[in-house]
Amino acid sequence: MTDLAYPSAKKSDAFGKIVLRWLLYFLLGIFALYYLMPLFVMVTTSLKSLEEIRTGSLVALPREVTFDAWRTAWSGACTGIQCEGLRPYFWNSVMLAVPAVMISTFIGALNGYVVAQWRFPGANIIFSLMLFGCFIPFQVVLLPMARLLGMMGIAGTIPGLIFVHVIYGIGFTTLFFRNYYVSIPSELTKAAKVDGAGFFRIFWSIFLPLSLPIIVVTVIWQFTQIWNDFLFGVSFSQAGTQPVTVALNNIVNSTTGVKEYNVDMAAAIIAAAPTLLVYIVAGKYFIRGLTAGSVKG
Amino acid sequence: MAPILEIQNLYKNYGPVEILKDINIAIEPGDFLVLVGPSGCGKSTLLNCIAGLEPITSGKLMIDGTDMTDVSPKDRDIAMVFQSYALYPTMTVAKNITFGMKVRGVDQATQARKLDEVATQLQIEQLLHRRPGQLSGGQRQRVAMGRALVRDPKLFLFDEPLSNLDAKLRVEMRSEIKKLHQTLGATMVYVTHDQIEAMTLATKIVVLKGGVIQQIGTPAEIYNKPANLFVADFMGSPAMNLIPAKARAGGTGAQIEIARGTGAPLVLTDQNAPSLPEDVILGLRPEDIAEAGFRAGVGVQQASCLVDMVEPAGADTYVVSELGGKQVTARLHAETVATPGEMLDLSIDMSKVSYFAPETGQRLN
Repeated sequence: MTDLAYPSAKKSDAFGKIVLRWLLYFLLGIFALYYLMPLFVMVTTSLKSLEEIRTGSLVALPREVTFDAWRTAWSGACTGIQCEGLRPYFWNSVMLAVPAVMISTFIGALNGYVVAQWRFPGANIIFSLMLFGCFIPFQVVLLPMARLLGMMGIAGTIPGLIFVHVIYGIGFTTLFFRNYYVSIPSELTKAAKVDGAGFFRIFWSIFLPLSLPIIVVTVIWQFTQIWNDFLFGVSFSQAGTQPVTVALNNIVNSTTGVKEYNVDMAAAIIAAAPTLLVYIVAGKYFIRGLTAGSVKG
Repeated sequence: MAPILEIQNLYKNYGPVEILKDINIAIEPGDFLVLVGPSGCGKSTLLNCIAGLEPITSGKLMIDGTDMTDVSPKDRDIAMVFQSYALYPTMTVAKNITFGMKVRGVDQATQARKLDEVATQLQIEQLLHRRPGQLSGGQRQRVAMGRALVRDPKLFLFDEPLSNLDAKLRVEMRSEIKKLHQTLGATMVYVTHDQIEAMTLATKIVVLKGGVIQQIGTPAEIYNKPANLFVADFMGSPAMNLIPAKARAGGTGAQIEIARGTGAPLVLTDQNAPSLPEDVILGLRPEDIAEAGFRAGVGVQQASCLVDMVEPAGADTYVVSELGGKQVTARLHAETVATPGEMLDLSIDMSKVSYFAPETGQRLN
């Protein structure tokens, strides 16, 4: 581009630019390799047999590809005394994350709509307090939350974990939706009021249809947070209701005898797969949604 | 006839800040009321109060004889057009126009018939399946009007509907709104900061400043007999010349003496002047100062003035001269030949003059 714009540029300048450009690509390539290395080792190791891991090099490709380790990780690895693999815990995580993401996203949308478009006295204070909730460290709420869950009779259950994640998510989801809705002109709400629409009608018919980008952002954010959570998972669950992150920890830490690196690696990849998938499928909306704001029209 | 809109002693506060003070307005069915004033004068707030989008602090608001002070916007039988048009971005033009009817539960057949009527009236039939994002500014404006028209309300409210359009389109839409008002015979309340829009559209103008009504009257009243210095300065382009002067009672009427930078002061006689204090401010529209000989009548007097600046504007030529320490503009014919630095004979129409008290700014005659 610049070369076209300045045809009279000196040759040495053009040469310097090309060298710089290649240097940049080279550096970026190095960094990319550096970050991909662990994934490479994980994938290759999970496809090797234990025998080969013991004898071969860490970074070598598998001589013989075998999916035994994956099978074991999915349905046979031992977490403590049970040997059912990750499968039941994976479904625990799904049953936990899906409703928690949906509920917290919905509440965040409603909260954001109120704080941004239905200004009431004290709206800013309430919003600030919600924001403050985003920055309370998890450890601080562990004991009070355990007590609350006990009193509500949902301690150690999946609904209990859903409850915890919804509460913790509201701060962030409200923030996302509020910042999105604040850029929508308040005249839109006024026009709808004159047209006779009420609070929920305006939300359903006008604001929600506008919200796809920010819904995608919120869903990715919340899903990643909730799926990857370990602390709440390990604190507020019991045998049978543990999420996949806790089960992964148990598989890796509780094996006796020979350490099955291939099974550990396969299990780690399985546990991380859903968040990876969400990013790959919806990642471009994430960037777009975060930078989107003003609504034209 | 009973007033269609009556506002009595309306006050509006935001916390301790008084936005609107003691507003009293009444208009008849078919009136076109324009609220005009500089930005921040409270005119849009007043419109929002009429619409019910802002609660009022005290006072009373009646629409067609019914007390609407605490009634929600949807039950006031009004329709509103907003500055940003406020079209629903995810709905098609047709859905935008019928949304209100859908919310109120009007049956499908009536919706379709009314949509058809309005689309024909505004010539937007070919746009019905587009979304607001695919429309130009003028088209969005039409759709916003359509959304209001389809309600057939007692009162149309317009909140600076033309300020987002370019100059040419603005003039076009302005005359279209005027036409619409004439064909529908509807009552409209219109907010603008553009005094030309106010003059061309209104049957009645309310001039606001700092939340206080400065003057209510027909465009002619506001233009010819401004109630105070603010209205005199705000309405009209170029603005009214406001010249400090000394008044003396003379044999017939009053002698008005205007200081000039060099030479003797300019003395004018006004036979119809009321009794005036010594210090006055003389208000003269630029078109009431003409070339010598072009005006006749009892009040017309000749004056020779030093030309400071000449501004040809196509249809008119503006000549600026210094009188009483102020730049005074005269609107002359386009073909007038005037040269800066030379004297020019002008005739001043004293029958059109306004007098203001310098301390209070109030009109004296």
